[in-house]
Amino acid sequence: MVMSCETWTEKLDAYFDGELSPEEARTLNDHLRQCATCAAEGLRRLQQKRVVQAAAQRFTPDPVFRARIQKKIASPRPMLWGRRWLSVLVTVTASVLIAGLLVTLQRNRRSEQQLLSELVDQHVTTLASANPVDVISTDRHTVKPWFEGKIPFTFNLPELQGSPFVLVGGRVSYLRQSPGAELIFRVRQHQISLFIFQEQGLNDVGENESLRTALSFEVRTWRHHGLRYYAVGDVGAQDLNQLSELIKAAS
Amino acid sequence: MPLFERLYNFAHWLTQDREEAEDLVQETYTKALRGFSSFQPGTNFRAWIYQILRNTFLTSRTGLKSASISLDEEGAQQNLPVANATPETILLQRSDQQLIQEALGRLAVPYREILLLCEFEEMSYQEISTTLAIPIGTVMSRLSRARRALRDTVQQMRKD
Repeated sequence: MVMSCETWTEKLDAYFDGELSPEEARTLNDHLRQCATCAAEGLRRLQQKRVVQAAAQRFTPDPVFRARIQKKIASPRPMLWGRRWLSVLVTVTASVLIAGLLVTLQRNRRSEQQLLSELVDQHVTTLASANPVDVISTDRHTVKPWFEGKIPFTFNLPELQGSPFVLVGGRVSYLRQSPGAELIFRVRQHQISLFIFQEQGLNDVGENESLRTALSFEVRTWRHHGLRYYAVGDVGAQDLNQLSELIKAAS
Repeated sequence: MPLFERLYNFAHWLTQDREEAEDLVQETYTKALRGFSSFQPGTNFRAWIYQILRNTFLTSRTGLKSASISLDEEGAQQNLPVANATPETILLQRSDQQLIQEALGRLAVPYREILLLCEFEEMSYQEISTTLAIPIGTVMSRLSRARRALRDTVQQMRKD
Protein backbone atom coordinates (compact mmCIF):
# COMPACT_ATOMS: atom_id res chain seq x y z
CA MET A 1 0.00 0.00 0.00
CA VAL A 2 1.39 3.43 -1.00
CA MET A 3 0.95 6.06 1.69
CA SER A 4 0.55 9.74 0.94
CA CYS A 5 3.00 12.35 2.20
CA GLU A 6 0.30 13.66 4.51
CA THR A 7 0.11 10.27 6.21
CA TRP A 8 3.89 10.15 6.56
CA THR A 9 3.99 13.67 7.97
CA GLU A 10 1.49 12.68 10.64
CA LYS A 11 3.94 10.04 11.82
CA LEU A 12 6.99 12.30 11.94
CA ASP A 13 6.61 13.39 15.57
CA ALA A 14 6.21 9.81 16.80
CA TYR A 15 9.19 8.85 14.63
CA PHE A 16 11.50 11.42 16.22
CA ASP A 17 10.06 10.66 19.68
CA GLY A 18 11.06 7.02 19.18
CA GLU A 19 7.48 5.83 19.43
CA LEU A 20 7.12 4.02 16.10
CA SER A 21 7.61 0.29 15.79
CA PRO A 22 10.98 -0.69 14.24
CA GLU A 23 9.18 -1.72 11.05
CA GLU A 24 7.27 1.59 10.77
CA ALA A 25 10.42 3.57 11.57
CA ARG A 26 12.36 1.75 8.85
CA THR A 27 9.63 2.35 6.26
CA LEU A 28 9.35 6.03 7.17
CA ASN A 29 13.12 6.33 7.08
CA ASP A 30 13.14 4.90 3.54
CA HIS A 31 10.47 7.39 2.52
CA LEU A 32 12.44 10.33 3.98
CA ARG A 33 15.41 9.37 1.83
CA GLN A 34 13.29 9.61 -1.30
CA CYS A 35 10.95 12.54 -0.58
CA ALA A 36 12.50 15.99 -0.34
CA THR A 37 9.29 17.59 0.99
CA CYS A 38 8.91 15.15 3.88
CA ALA A 39 12.66 15.26 4.54
CA ALA A 40 12.52 19.07 4.84
CA GLU A 41 9.54 18.84 7.20
CA GLY A 42 11.36 16.14 9.17
CA LEU A 43 14.46 18.30 9.46
CA ARG A 44 12.36 21.21 10.70
CA ARG A 45 10.72 19.09 13.39
CA LEU A 46 14.00 17.55 14.43
CA GLN A 47 15.58 20.99 14.71
CA GLN A 48 12.71 22.18 16.88
CA LYS A 49 13.05 19.13 19.12
CA ARG A 50 16.78 19.72 19.58
CA VAL A 51 16.41 23.43 20.14
CA VAL A 52 13.73 22.92 22.80
CA GLN A 53 15.82 20.22 24.44
CA ALA A 54 18.77 22.61 24.74
CA ALA A 55 16.66 25.61 25.79
CA ALA A 56 14.77 23.65 28.48
CA GLN A 57 17.92 23.27 30.58
CA ARG A 58 17.62 26.69 32.13
CA PHE A 59 17.23 26.76 35.91
CA THR A 60 19.80 25.59 38.44
CA PRO A 61 19.00 25.19 42.13
CA ASP A 62 20.78 27.39 44.64
CA PRO A 63 23.56 25.47 46.51
CA VAL A 64 22.07 26.53 49.86
CA PHE A 65 18.72 25.07 48.86
CA ARG A 66 20.40 21.88 47.65
CA ALA A 67 22.16 21.49 51.01
CA ARG A 68 18.86 21.99 52.82
CA ILE A 69 17.14 19.24 50.81
CA GLN A 70 20.14 16.95 51.07
CA LYS A 71 20.06 17.30 54.83
CA LYS A 72 16.36 16.62 54.85
CA ILE A 73 16.73 13.40 52.86
CA ALA A 74 19.90 12.11 54.46
CA SER A 75 19.01 12.79 58.10
CA PRO A 76 17.80 9.49 59.62
CA ARG A 77 16.18 11.03 62.74
CA PRO A 78 15.83 7.60 64.43
CA MET A 79 14.59 9.01 67.74
CA LEU A 80 11.50 10.45 66.13
CA TRP A 81 10.76 8.05 63.33
CA GLY A 82 11.95 4.71 64.63
CA ARG A 83 13.44 1.80 62.74
CA ARG A 84 10.64 1.53 60.17
CA TRP A 85 11.09 5.10 59.03
CA LEU A 86 14.82 4.64 58.94
CA SER A 87 14.41 1.76 56.52
CA VAL A 88 11.94 3.81 54.46
CA LEU A 89 14.45 6.66 54.32
CA VAL A 90 17.23 4.33 53.29
CA THR A 91 15.01 2.86 50.58
CA VAL A 92 13.95 6.30 49.32
CA THR A 93 17.53 7.55 49.32
CA ALA A 94 18.66 4.42 47.51
CA SER A 95 15.84 4.82 44.98
CA VAL A 96 16.77 8.46 44.41
CA LEU A 97 20.43 7.49 44.00
CA ILE A 98 19.60 4.63 41.63
CA ALA A 99 17.22 6.86 39.66
CA GLY A 100 19.98 9.48 39.63
CA LEU A 101 22.50 6.97 38.37
CA LEU A 102 20.12 5.87 35.65
CA VAL A 103 19.44 9.48 34.74
CA THR A 104 23.20 10.19 34.61
CA LEU A 105 23.79 7.17 32.38
CA GLN A 106 20.85 8.14 30.23
CA ARG A 107 22.12 11.74 30.09
CA ASN A 108 25.56 10.59 28.95
CA ARG A 109 24.03 8.44 26.23
CA ARG A 110 21.70 11.27 25.28
CA SER A 111 24.52 13.78 25.28
CA GLU A 112 26.54 11.59 22.91
CA GLN A 113 23.53 10.95 20.70
CA GLN A 114 22.70 14.66 20.71
CA LEU A 115 26.22 15.54 19.61
CA LEU A 116 26.21 12.97 16.81
CA SER A 117 22.74 14.08 15.71
CA GLU A 118 23.93 17.69 15.69
CA LEU A 119 26.73 16.72 13.31
CA VAL A 120 24.31 14.76 11.11
CA ASP A 121 22.06 17.87 11.06
CA GLN A 122 25.00 19.95 9.88
CA HIS A 123 25.92 17.36 7.25
CA VAL A 124 22.31 17.27 5.94
CA THR A 125 22.08 21.07 6.02
CA THR A 126 25.32 21.30 4.03
CA LEU A 127 24.02 18.87 1.42
CA ALA A 128 20.70 20.71 1.18
CA SER A 129 22.37 24.12 0.90
CA ALA A 130 22.64 25.91 -2.43
CA ASN A 131 26.22 26.87 -1.45
CA PRO A 132 27.47 23.84 0.43
CA VAL A 133 31.07 25.02 0.73
CA ASP A 134 32.75 28.38 1.28
CA VAL A 135 35.98 27.37 -0.40
CA ILE A 136 35.49 25.34 -3.54
CA SER A 137 38.58 23.43 -4.51
CA THR A 138 39.75 19.91 -5.08
CA ASP A 139 43.26 21.04 -4.19
CA ARG A 140 44.22 20.40 -0.58
CA HIS A 141 46.89 23.12 -0.86
CA THR A 142 44.10 25.64 -1.49
CA VAL A 143 41.58 24.36 1.05
CA LYS A 144 43.91 24.04 4.04
CA PRO A 145 45.33 27.61 3.91
CA TRP A 146 41.79 28.99 3.52
CA PHE A 147 41.07 27.99 7.14
CA GLU A 148 44.05 29.94 8.51
CA GLY A 149 42.85 32.63 10.88
CA LYS A 150 39.30 31.27 10.78
CA ILE A 151 39.76 28.35 13.19
CA PRO A 152 42.09 28.08 16.22
CA PHE A 153 44.05 25.03 14.98
CA THR A 154 45.51 23.53 11.85
CA PHE A 155 45.26 20.10 10.23
CA ASN A 156 46.70 18.07 7.37
CA LEU A 157 44.88 16.68 4.36
CA PRO A 158 45.94 13.56 2.47
CA GLU A 159 46.82 13.18 -1.19
CA LEU A 160 43.70 11.59 -2.65
CA GLN A 161 44.99 10.71 -6.08
CA GLY A 162 44.47 7.01 -6.74
CA SER A 163 41.68 6.81 -4.15
CA PRO A 164 37.93 6.93 -4.91
CA PHE A 165 37.60 10.15 -2.91
CA VAL A 166 37.51 13.70 -4.26
CA LEU A 167 37.83 16.80 -2.12
CA VAL A 168 34.95 19.17 -2.90
CA GLY A 169 35.77 22.02 -0.55
CA GLY A 170 35.32 23.25 2.98
CA ARG A 171 33.52 25.60 5.31
CA VAL A 172 33.75 26.79 8.89
CA SER A 173 31.45 24.87 11.19
CA TYR A 174 30.49 25.25 14.86
CA LEU A 175 29.97 22.67 17.54
CA ARG A 176 28.99 23.86 21.00
CA GLN A 177 30.00 27.41 20.08
CA SER A 178 33.52 26.29 19.07
CA PRO A 179 34.67 26.86 15.51
CA GLY A 180 36.01 23.97 13.48
CA ALA A 181 36.45 22.76 9.92
CA GLU A 182 33.95 20.90 7.80
CA LEU A 183 35.49 19.32 4.71
CA ILE A 184 33.32 17.79 2.03
CA PHE A 185 34.49 14.74 0.12
CA ARG A 186 32.73 12.96 -2.70
CA VAL A 187 32.83 9.24 -3.29
CA ARG A 188 30.83 8.05 -6.29
CA GLN A 189 27.40 9.75 -5.88
CA HIS A 190 27.71 10.22 -2.11
CA GLN A 191 29.16 13.02 -0.03
CA ILE A 192 30.97 12.73 3.26
CA SER A 193 31.44 15.55 5.73
CA LEU A 194 34.61 15.45 7.77
CA PHE A 195 34.32 17.63 10.87
CA ILE A 196 37.42 18.60 12.82
CA PHE A 197 37.14 20.30 16.21
CA GLN A 198 39.36 20.86 19.21
CA GLU A 199 38.83 17.94 21.54
CA GLN A 200 38.45 20.06 24.66
CA GLY A 201 34.83 19.92 25.82
CA LEU A 202 33.89 17.06 23.52
CA ASN A 203 34.16 14.17 25.93
CA ASP A 204 30.71 12.84 25.12
CA VAL A 205 31.97 10.29 22.66
CA GLY A 206 33.91 8.38 25.27
CA GLU A 207 35.88 5.96 23.18
CA ASN A 208 39.05 6.79 21.30
CA GLU A 209 37.64 5.46 18.07
CA SER A 210 34.20 4.29 17.17
CA LEU A 211 31.80 3.72 14.35
CA ARG A 212 28.24 4.71 15.16
CA THR A 213 24.99 5.11 13.37
CA ALA A 214 22.94 8.26 13.97
CA LEU A 215 19.63 8.74 12.14
CA SER A 216 20.76 6.08 9.65
CA PHE A 217 23.98 7.95 8.82
CA GLU A 218 27.30 6.30 9.48
CA VAL A 219 29.52 8.32 11.79
CA ARG A 220 33.14 7.47 12.41
CA THR A 221 35.02 9.35 15.08
CA TRP A 222 38.58 9.37 16.35
CA ARG A 223 40.94 11.68 18.16
CA HIS A 224 44.44 12.74 17.24
CA HIS A 225 46.79 15.31 18.76
CA GLY A 226 44.10 17.18 20.67
CA LEU A 227 41.66 17.21 17.76
CA ARG A 228 38.44 15.26 17.42
CA TYR A 229 37.49 14.02 13.94
CA TYR A 230 34.00 13.00 12.85
CA ALA A 231 33.32 11.58 9.39
CA VAL A 232 29.59 11.57 8.55
CA GLY A 233 27.89 10.20 5.45
CA ASP A 234 25.25 7.92 4.03
CA VAL A 235 27.96 5.64 2.68
CA GLY A 236 28.95 2.17 3.76
CA ALA A 237 31.24 1.63 6.74
CA GLN A 238 33.98 0.49 4.36
CA ASP A 239 34.11 3.86 2.53
CA LEU A 240 34.08 5.74 5.79
CA ASN A 241 36.86 3.59 7.20
CA GLN A 242 38.97 4.02 4.05
CA LEU A 243 38.66 7.81 4.12
CA SER A 244 39.35 7.86 7.85
CA GLU A 245 42.55 5.84 7.39
CA LEU A 246 43.73 8.24 4.66
CA ILE A 247 43.09 11.26 6.90
CA LYS A 248 44.77 9.59 9.85
CA ALA A 249 47.83 8.71 7.78
CA ALA A 250 48.19 12.38 6.76
CA SER A 251 47.77 13.75 10.30
CA MET B 1 21.02 13.95 43.77
CA PRO B 2 20.99 14.33 39.95
CA LEU B 3 17.22 13.93 39.83
CA PHE B 4 17.00 16.87 42.20
CA GLU B 5 18.40 19.29 39.63
CA ARG B 6 15.95 18.11 36.98
CA LEU B 7 13.03 18.30 39.38
CA TYR B 8 14.06 21.82 40.29
CA ASN B 9 14.37 22.84 36.64
CA PHE B 10 10.92 21.41 35.92
CA ALA B 11 9.46 23.09 39.02
CA HIS B 12 10.95 26.45 38.03
CA TRP B 13 9.50 26.15 34.52
CA LEU B 14 6.08 25.42 36.02
CA THR B 15 6.06 28.13 38.65
CA GLN B 16 8.25 30.69 36.82
CA ASP B 17 9.51 31.77 40.22
CA ARG B 18 12.59 30.68 42.19
CA GLU B 19 11.06 30.72 45.65
CA GLU B 20 7.91 28.95 44.53
CA ALA B 21 10.03 26.34 42.75
CA GLU B 22 12.06 25.72 45.92
CA ASP B 23 8.87 25.32 47.98
CA LEU B 24 7.49 22.96 45.37
CA VAL B 25 10.58 20.75 45.30
CA GLN B 26 10.79 20.69 49.09
CA GLU B 27 7.16 19.69 49.38
CA THR B 28 7.64 17.04 46.71
CA TYR B 29 10.45 15.39 48.65
CA THR B 30 8.49 15.61 51.88
CA LYS B 31 5.49 13.96 50.26
CA ALA B 32 7.69 11.34 48.59
CA LEU B 33 9.24 10.44 51.95
CA ARG B 34 5.88 10.31 53.67
CA GLY B 35 4.11 8.42 50.93
CA PHE B 36 6.89 6.09 49.89
CA SER B 37 4.77 3.10 50.91
CA SER B 38 2.45 4.00 47.99
CA PHE B 39 5.30 3.56 45.53
CA GLN B 40 5.08 0.12 43.97
CA PRO B 41 8.51 -1.45 43.42
CA GLY B 42 9.04 -2.30 39.79
CA THR B 43 7.01 0.68 38.58
CA ASN B 44 8.54 3.87 37.24
CA PHE B 45 10.12 5.88 40.08
CA ARG B 46 10.76 8.91 37.89
CA ALA B 47 7.16 9.13 36.69
CA TRP B 48 6.00 8.67 40.30
CA ILE B 49 8.05 11.55 41.73
CA TYR B 50 7.22 13.87 38.80
CA GLN B 51 3.56 13.03 39.34
CA ILE B 52 3.88 14.10 42.99
CA LEU B 53 5.58 17.35 41.98
CA ARG B 54 2.97 18.13 39.37
CA ASN B 55 0.02 17.31 41.63
CA THR B 56 1.55 19.50 44.34
CA PHE B 57 1.95 22.30 41.81
CA LEU B 58 -1.68 21.99 40.68
CA THR B 59 -2.89 22.59 44.23
CA SER B 60 -0.70 25.69 44.64
CA ARG B 61 -1.99 29.17 43.89
CA THR B 62 -0.08 29.44 40.60
CA GLY B 63 -1.12 25.91 39.67
CA LEU B 64 -4.79 26.54 40.34
CA LYS B 65 -4.67 29.52 37.99
CA SER B 66 -3.08 27.44 35.23
CA ALA B 67 -5.66 24.65 35.65
CA SER B 68 -8.43 27.02 34.59
CA ILE B 69 -7.02 27.21 31.03
CA SER B 70 -9.07 25.20 28.55
CA LEU B 71 -7.16 23.51 25.76
CA ASP B 72 -10.04 22.25 23.66
CA GLU B 73 -8.01 19.28 22.49
CA GLU B 74 -10.62 16.56 22.24
CA GLY B 75 -10.67 14.86 18.90
CA ALA B 76 -7.30 16.21 17.88
CA GLN B 77 -5.54 12.87 17.68
CA GLN B 78 -3.39 13.67 14.69
CA ASN B 79 -0.90 16.34 13.87
CA LEU B 80 -2.23 19.56 12.56
CA PRO B 81 -1.54 20.51 8.97
CA VAL B 82 1.78 22.16 8.38
CA ALA B 83 1.55 25.91 8.42
CA ASN B 84 1.94 27.75 5.12
CA ALA B 85 5.32 29.15 5.97
CA THR B 86 8.26 27.58 4.20
CA PRO B 87 10.74 25.49 6.18
CA GLU B 88 13.31 28.27 5.91
CA THR B 89 11.11 30.80 7.68
CA ILE B 90 10.08 28.51 10.52
CA LEU B 91 13.26 26.56 11.07
CA LEU B 92 14.26 27.09 14.67
CA GLN B 93 17.97 27.59 15.18
CA ARG B 94 20.16 26.80 18.14
CA SER B 95 21.05 30.48 18.23
CA ASP B 96 17.38 31.14 19.00
CA GLN B 97 17.80 29.70 22.51
CA GLN B 98 16.78 32.85 24.38
CA LEU B 99 13.79 33.34 22.12
CA ILE B 100 12.73 29.71 22.61
CA GLN B 101 13.04 30.02 26.38
CA GLU B 102 10.85 33.09 26.37
CA ALA B 103 8.34 31.41 24.08
CA LEU B 104 8.25 28.32 26.31
CA GLY B 105 7.55 30.56 29.28
CA ARG B 106 4.63 32.13 27.43
CA LEU B 107 2.94 28.81 26.62
CA ALA B 108 -0.03 27.57 28.63
CA VAL B 109 1.19 25.31 31.45
CA PRO B 110 -0.24 22.06 29.95
CA TYR B 111 1.69 22.72 26.72
CA ARG B 112 4.85 23.79 28.52
CA GLU B 113 4.92 20.78 30.85
CA ILE B 114 4.29 18.20 28.13
CA LEU B 115 7.06 19.67 25.95
CA LEU B 116 9.47 19.57 28.89
CA LEU B 117 8.59 15.97 29.76
CA CYS B 118 8.93 14.83 26.15
CA GLU B 119 11.87 16.87 24.83
CA PHE B 120 13.94 17.47 27.93
CA GLU B 121 13.11 14.55 30.20
CA GLU B 122 12.79 12.31 27.15
CA MET B 123 9.92 10.44 28.72
CA SER B 124 8.08 7.90 26.60
CA TYR B 125 4.45 8.57 25.77
CA GLN B 126 3.58 5.92 28.36
CA GLU B 127 5.60 7.70 31.08
CA ILE B 128 4.03 11.04 30.17
CA SER B 129 0.62 9.41 30.27
CA THR B 130 1.34 8.16 33.82
CA THR B 131 2.82 11.45 35.00
CA LEU B 132 0.03 13.64 33.67
CA ALA B 133 -2.72 11.05 34.23
CA ILE B 134 -4.04 11.38 30.67
CA PRO B 135 -4.58 8.73 27.95
CA ILE B 136 -1.81 8.15 25.40
CA GLY B 137 -4.03 9.51 22.61
CA THR B 138 -4.28 12.79 24.50
CA VAL B 139 -0.50 12.79 25.04
CA MET B 140 -0.04 12.65 21.26
CA SER B 141 -2.61 15.30 20.41
CA ARG B 142 -1.46 17.63 23.19
CA LEU B 143 2.17 17.27 22.17
CA SER B 144 1.29 18.06 18.59
CA ARG B 145 -0.61 21.17 19.64
CA ALA B 146 2.11 22.22 22.04
CA ARG B 147 4.74 22.02 19.30
CA ARG B 148 2.58 24.02 16.97
CA ALA B 149 1.83 26.58 19.71
CA LEU B 150 5.55 27.00 20.33
CA ARG B 151 6.26 27.56 16.64
CA ASP B 152 3.42 30.07 16.39
CA THR B 153 4.63 31.90 19.50
CA VAL B 154 8.18 32.11 18.16
CA GLN B 155 6.95 33.38 14.81
CA GLN B 156 4.81 35.98 16.53
CA MET B 157 7.73 37.08 18.70
CA ARG B 158 9.93 37.42 15.61
CA LYS B 159 7.33 39.67 14.01
CA ASP B 160 6.96 41.87 17.14
